[in-house]
Amino acid sequence: MIEVRDLWKGFGSQPVLRGTSLRIERGEAVVIIGRSGGGKSVLLKHLIALLQPDRGQVLVEGQNLCGLNERQLIHVRRKFGLLFQMAALFDSLTVYENVSFVLQRERKHTEAEMRRLVAEALGMVELSGIEERKPAELSGGMRKRVGLARAIVYRPEIVLYDEPTTGLDPIAGARIDQLIRRVWERLGVTSIAVTHDMASARRISNRILMLHEGLIYADGPTDQILSSTDPIVHNFVNGIVPADPQLAN
Amino acid sequence: MILGILQQRVWSLIRELGELTQMGLEAVRSLRLSRPSGRDFIEQLHFIGVKSQSVVVTTGAATGMVLCAQTYFQFHKVKMDTATGAVVSVGMCSELGPVLASLMIAGRVGAAMAAELGTMKVTEQIDALRTLATHPVDYLVVPRLLAATVAAPLLTAEAVAVGILASWMVGVHLLGIDSAYYFSNMNRYTVPQDVITGLIKATIFGAAIAIISCYKGLNCRQGAEGVGRATTEAVVYSSITVLVSNFFLTLFLTRLFKG
Repeated sequence: MIEVRDLWKGFGSQPVLRGTSLRIERGEAVVIIGRSGGGKSVLLKHLIALLQPDRGQVLVEGQNLCGLNERQLIHVRRKFGLLFQMAALFDSLTVYENVSFVLQRERKHTEAEMRRLVAEALGMVELSGIEERKPAELSGGMRKRVGLARAIVYRPEIVLYDEPTTGLDPIAGARIDQLIRRVWERLGVTSIAVTHDMASARRISNRILMLHEGLIYADGPTDQILSSTDPIVHNFVNGIVPADPQLAN
Repeated sequence: MILGILQQRVWSLIRELGELTQMGLEAVRSLRLSRPSGRDFIEQLHFIGVKSQSVVVTTGAATGMVLCAQTYFQFHKVKMDTATGAVVSVGMCSELGPVLASLMIAGRVGAAMAAELGTMKVTEQIDALRTLATHPVDYLVVPRLLAATVAAPLLTAEAVAVGILASWMVGVHLLGIDSAYYFSNMNRYTVPQDVITGLIKATIFGAAIAIISCYKGLNCRQGAEGVGRATTEAVVYSSITVLVSNFFLTLFLTRLFKG
């Protein structure tokens, strides 16, 4: 279970999160939506303590991540997998070395076991047989799928996705969504994604949270949020630029 | 206004020094807590040690030759030609060898470290490391620090040896100094402490270059401009650190060895 309590974060004089609070139960598939630059990725990075808040708490299974140092966080982060917006593969390593990175660092598995686990993870994202390629030889969609394989190979309890379909064509985007859904169903993980792609949000979530002006503005089942009549939610979901400038902001 | 800017700069410098020290201490802690990857260490040793040889050897040879020629021109006036080898040897071992080799390492290796780590930072690869339950200091800083600390004294020894050999060729074959006297005086006036002083300095310089360059890379700002600035600052700060600390190390080590 993840709980965020009264989270505040600003950069310089610009406040991004203004007392955000939320709670995500184990096994949920949640999408956080909101305007570009509205703090979705900042909120996601707080969940795995890549950023420290100015104020507030992030609790994972009851443990507050705020104030822990990098070494203490190593053990907590083992519960998480994160797919970055641009995949963030290590470009000096092969696909095999990227996917097996955590396994190699842990030194708990034999080489044969690692080969098998990597093959399984790559199989799950439909990329078998590319172990020896370098990230530079892969397309954008393939890089994201390798990033997903790297995030799930060590069986984390929670998988986070930062704009998983950004920069992909609709077919490649739909395929990533399919894989995210598959990972959630087969591995039983808690799935948390941030996106402003409504088609993607519909496909990969059971629950949607909408971040607006640094606060969770709307929270509910996917269908309910996507058909909401609230003007701010409705305009965002349907991409309508409102005549009232106050609603546009 | 000017006072305010100056105050801001001083605070920024103090903060950076604090963070740099913290990173150095974290690297030491990492060495106690975990075993660094042998493969990463060897890779870095190859990059820093093997691939820097041409630059360091050229620097050593050029410095040895010019120091020999200049010393000879001055000593010749007072009929002390045969002392040239001794001056070159002591100068190369304790001062010029470690300083110039380290400046070359700062330029070649420091820049590469800062640029590589800076690029990793702006492409979120450092964040990816952190999410993969890996401390960036363990994986990125420690192998580079160890490799630079091992490679710098070895490269310095090589630069010194090549410099002395080059000075002998210039002194004996070009300027006509007697080879026997050249070596005799060199052996007479060069003491083991000169060699040890140079190697200790090079070890410290190597560690400083690695720490400063890694710090600049890991803390670089976003975008290509950020990487460029981090690279420049890594080379400038490393070079200044080598030159300034050399003075204090000379005083300290001389007193240590000579009472």
